[in-house]
Amino acid sequence: MRNNEQAQIPLIETRGLTKTFAATPALSEVDFTLYSGEVHALLGENGAGKSTLIKLLTGVHKRDAGVILLEGKEIEPRSPRHCQELGISAVYQEINLIPTLSVAENIFLGRQPMRRGLVDMKTANRKAYELLKAFDIDIDVTRDLSAYSIAIQQIVAIVRGVDLSAKVLILDEPTSSLDRHEVETLFSVIRSLKERGIGILLITHFLDQVYEISDRITVLRNGIKVGEHLTSELPRIQLISEMLGKALTEELAVQKSGISSNGLDREPFLRVHGFARRGMMQPFDLEVRKGEIVGLAGLLGSGRTEIAHLIFGIKHSEQGEAYVNGQAANLSSPQKAVQYGFGLCPEDRKEDGIIADLSVRANIILALQAKLGWFEHLTPKKQEQLAEEMISALRIVTTDMEKPVKELSGGNQQKVILARWLVSNPEFLILDEPTRGIDVGAHAEIINIVKRLAQEGKAMLVISSELPEIVDYSDRVMVLRDKQVIAELEGDQISEAMIMQTIAER
Amino acid sequence: MKSRAFPLLMTTLVFALLYLFCLTQYSSFASMRVVCNLLRNYAYLGIPAIGVTFVILSGGIDLSPGSVIAFTGVFCALMIERNGMHPLVVFAIILVIGTLFGATMGSIIHYFKIPAFIVTLAGLFLARGGAYVLTTDSISITHQFYVDVSNIVYVFPDGGRFTFAAGAFVIVLLVGIFLAHYTRFGRNVYAMGGNETGALLQGVPIGRTTITIYALSSFLATFAGIILSLSKRSGDSTIAMGAELDIIAGVVIGGTLLTGGVGYVVGTFIGILLPGVIHTYLTLDGSLTPWWIKIIIGVLLFGFIGMQMLLSSQFNPLKLIRIPRRAAA
Repeated sequence: MRNNEQAQIPLIETRGLTKTFAATPALSEVDFTLYSGEVHALLGENGAGKSTLIKLLTGVHKRDAGVILLEGKEIEPRSPRHCQELGISAVYQEINLIPTLSVAENIFLGRQPMRRGLVDMKTANRKAYELLKAFDIDIDVTRDLSAYSIAIQQIVAIVRGVDLSAKVLILDEPTSSLDRHEVETLFSVIRSLKERGIGILLITHFLDQVYEISDRITVLRNGIKVGEHLTSELPRIQLISEMLGKALTEELAVQKSGISSNGLDREPFLRVHGFARRGMMQPFDLEVRKGEIVGLAGLLGSGRTEIAHLIFGIKHSEQGEAYVNGQAANLSSPQKAVQYGFGLCPEDRKEDGIIADLSVRANIILALQAKLGWFEHLTPKKQEQLAEEMISALRIVTTDMEKPVKELSGGNQQKVILARWLVSNPEFLILDEPTRGIDVGAHAEIINIVKRLAQEGKAMLVISSELPEIVDYSDRVMVLRDKQVIAELEGDQISEAMIMQTIAER
Repeated sequence: MKSRAFPLLMTTLVFALLYLFCLTQYSSFASMRVVCNLLRNYAYLGIPAIGVTFVILSGGIDLSPGSVIAFTGVFCALMIERNGMHPLVVFAIILVIGTLFGATMGSIIHYFKIPAFIVTLAGLFLARGGAYVLTTDSISITHQFYVDVSNIVYVFPDGGRFTFAAGAFVIVLLVGIFLAHYTRFGRNVYAMGGNETGALLQGVPIGRTTITIYALSSFLATFAGIILSLSKRSGDSTIAMGAELDIIAGVVIGGTLLTGGVGYVVGTFIGILLPGVIHTYLTLDGSLTPWWIKIIIGVLLFGFIGMQMLLSSQFNPLKLIRIPRRAAA
């Protein structure tokens, strides 16, 4: 249906689209086109600029430079409302509908059919039923939206968007919490929208789904467009290397220098068997020995952070069992995980990690105090001594220990979080993206600290998007794709090329 | 649909059972006299409760109605008795003042993002303080208009007197039901309470709706103040002390979720009258002091809130029971 694409005027076209947040470019000179009746997948890792592009198209943010054309005419998106009126609708992962209203009311909220000045629910119900029926969704539209599955709720949001005279539909991670059957239902809706000539911009982490439903793919990395391809002509391995920004020329087996895989006969510190949670993570096994660094590699959304959360008890596993030092362990809450000697440095440092207004010292002793309980008081002297030790051991750059953590640089904040767990002397540390967003110098230091901790005999589980980093320090690497552990690499197998190839394999 | 109406069904059932029980004990419960007395005595709580229902449906709270009722009464008494103004003129003025008062609270809540609890608590003190500053005396109103209004009454064959106040209560109830279910404003209120961000993104005018909700609530509280002043024929700054709590209790017992988004105006009607039925029973019985009513309301509130917790998805009692899992083979 896109054979005559060259002759067609694109539904949406951007030229040189640029947006900068606080001196950091989020999107630079991106040209993007979306044709009527196509599904165009937008792919990229964290910070690639996908959400910035969407926010510029839906009027959430204003662009710094470039033009946006809708059917060949320049537009100036002012607000999500304005864009809806122009014909650009977006449906997000977290569905922004009203769970306590009926399906029909959600579809017609704010534009209910009126009769003699009254809201005419009868007509609204009939129309809503017909709209959904057109997509082969036959449900009772008078029931609460919350009575239905996420997939149906998503479709209701799509139907509402399309009924608001949408020409362009943006779907942001629509399938991330759906099961296989629900994805099918959603895809059949997307296919019939295609037939109606609606242009669909799809963002998803699931590469299988990209190949199943999309016609074209645009890859962004660090705010720059790195490729635009017909899906049918793009090999997976090339797609992954574009997303990760790695050349394919590297030799397959790079000799590892370290003294790895020497302790595989030792009893692991932590052994997890068959942990899983519906809609979050497929069953996986995991072993971590003392003095060993296990790396988790995979694309964004492949399930890396989910593994960390399940092990640390932030979300508790629906099945499987865990053993710490060979003893059955109950990992149903972070508190319990801490009692077993676990520590977690979360991915989002600002949101989940530091307490910005507290001092360096207070942040460092936080976990230790929590472990001791309310009644074991840490004397100010002891606190100072611990903070001082850590500041010098990790070389945290701060004028004094009473400085609020928010005034430190990113790398130093990361060290404070590390220090927090180190003072409580954990046996097992989970680091989720320990080097994200910190400068080059601090980057090397953090990696050295990670290696040193393993040498000191700690068990480590490290998540990182930086392949060279993972390859550098990991004794073993678990490779993830689509919420599933698909391979475990050891020793000589650990290389960037091998990891990428594993992710690309079907 | 079913789960949304469940709290209302429970309230209606409790009310019906209670009324039936009272009927078996005292046949007078079948008379229009008891019914009319209930409507008349509870009009001053029921009318503002309709407004507060909208507030709670939207996910907010309004603590000011009791004070607004008192201020209205004192204001009317002073203007009519001391300044010699005609009651209808005074009513018009105070209704405008009351509505602006509510609209101001709504604006502060919306534009400054201050919690409704704090803003309307300030409103409570302002209005009550205003009433005391106007006068601490209880002022009788002897204007002929008041006498005329109290003569507007429909007398049932059995002697039940359907007064002006009872009529006003029923009319406000009907208008409330209409507003909630057949206007865009009403549906927007439900949408806001269900998911405010969602409502905003779907194009619901949050600001306008918030301001209208609080203006409506204060308008009805002022109206209730006028009704109370007409029945009492006086203005007293200590009147309706704590009425806001009876009102909120009535709304919640009536099946409106405190978290917003779910509830019915007619439920509030029942929730407000429920204590009235108990009160009437205790009065006729005579062996228990009417203060028992407070204890019964407390128990009912606990019961209904507990039931709401069970219904809301955030709390699933089944999750408290953990079945130990045997190691898989």
